[in-house]
Amino acid sequence: MNLFELFAKIGELDPESGERLSFYNRRHILRNGAKATALAALPTLFSSVVNKAYGADLPAQTRGVLEFALTLEYLEADYYQKGVQSGIIPQNNYEIFDTISKHETAHVRLLEGALGLAPDAKKPKFTYAAYPDVFTNYQTFLTVSQSFEDLGVRAYKNEAGNLMESPALLQVALQIHAVEARHAAVVRSLRGQKGWIVGNGMENGMAPAVPAIYEGELNTVQGGVELVGAIAGQSKDALSEAFDEPLGKDQVLNIAKLFLA
Amino acid sequence: MTSSSNKSTSLPGTTSESKASLGRRTFLKSASLASLSAAAIYASSCTDHNGNPIPDGTVDLGAGDVGILNYAYALEQLEAAFYTQIVATPYSGISSQELAIMTDLKNHEVAHRDFFKTAISSAAPSMVIPSLEVNFSAIDFTSRASVLATAKAFENLGVAAYNGAGKFLQTPIYLLLAGKIVSVEARHAAIIGTLLEGFNGQFTGGQVDANGLDKAMTFAEVLPVAQTFIKTKISGANLPK
Repeated sequence: MNLFELFAKIGELDPESGERLSFYNRRHILRNGAKATALAALPTLFSSVVNKAYGADLPAQTRGVLEFALTLEYLEADYYQKGVQSGIIPQNNYEIFDTISKHETAHVRLLEGALGLAPDAKKPKFTYAAYPDVFTNYQTFLTVSQSFEDLGVRAYKNEAGNLMESPALLQVALQIHAVEARHAAVVRSLRGQKGWIVGNGMENGMAPAVPAIYEGELNTVQGGVELVGAIAGQSKDALSEAFDEPLGKDQVLNIAKLFLA
Repeated sequence: MTSSSNKSTSLPGTTSESKASLGRRTFLKSASLASLSAAAIYASSCTDHNGNPIPDGTVDLGAGDVGILNYAYALEQLEAAFYTQIVATPYSGISSQELAIMTDLKNHEVAHRDFFKTAISSAAPSMVIPSLEVNFSAIDFTSRASVLATAKAFENLGVAAYNGAGKFLQTPIYLLLAGKIVSVEARHAAIIGTLLEGFNGQFTGGQVDANGLDKAMTFAEVLPVAQTFIKTKISGANLPK
């Protein structure tokens, strides 16, 4: 199955889901939940209300973003579940990947809840055949991990603007986005790289698994302005590092496709 | 413990730069200004949402998107001043690796600060907040523990602030730009976590909940924390609610 078929299938939800929830004005809750004073309680609100909502009444664009994000989270969750079970993670790094694994699985459950899906209901079959030693060679494991995390950051960043009509879910997406960035930084650091993306991401002679992941990261034009030379005393490297760049959905899917069985 | 107490410095580098150099017209073209102009007019009265006057000498961040950009600019001013001080007077026993990290962080935060200054000056010149005076008297810049604990607090505050502010932005390009910056702040937070705690689960900074979500904070939660390090009084009374 390729990813595009997967998306067609993900769109076919339980036809009874709308009926089940007709008593509940989900859109109202999603729209206004963000403005409630109990902002801190949002994750609770999210799991208790949104999970019950089955996602049937989400705006189409919001639904599309969540489905896309869920696919990436399925991949990451699968990867780290296998990774922590593989025995190749050194004991002194284990807690990092155990923590990352738990985060990714939590993201899967959260997004499934928002879309009204049962656990692993839409989980694709994944393959890591492109990197045959990924669960036997720790360096390969780290390289692919860094690739997934930096890619995830770029993917969420690109989709934020597509969630503007669903403020509560936009905030959730931003909260996930930041966690992915924390993961990326710590994994990069384990590989002896800076926590932030330098230039085109190919620094230190350690090419990431898929160079396409970093396409465009060298950008130093922000808000229509070339920052090099315009911001006094800052090098091109620093100005590039200071801003992470988004990556379009099609480009992300093309990369993720490598891991679909 | 020395000289770093009772330090109250103006933010380096924010006063002498030419804001004209950044191609104001280019930025104007790229950003939707309608909402900003409306926001600027709304915010130009010196009262808060309830009509209460904002006291003289208090910097009003403003309303709407421009208010949120000023909010981010204020936080970036704070961070930039902090790392500039660290690099100028490194803590005792700083390693070359740590100094390199602090220098990167300084450069990133200065870039963010100067970017916001330019962007806001271009889009809403009458609304850009001035350079803020910081108050770092609670920080012992000679102490690694004090500096890194403060860095952790600032980075986590910044991440939570952007996470909480994003949904109030009305202009897509500003949301994207905030997204480009917040993930860099989250990277900083994680790396500071490793400097403080080593390579373990503490890269989360204690900020990630059981749903795997990083923290989000409201304007009203963030500003009082930031204010303890900023001598200039700032008001977020007109920020979106």
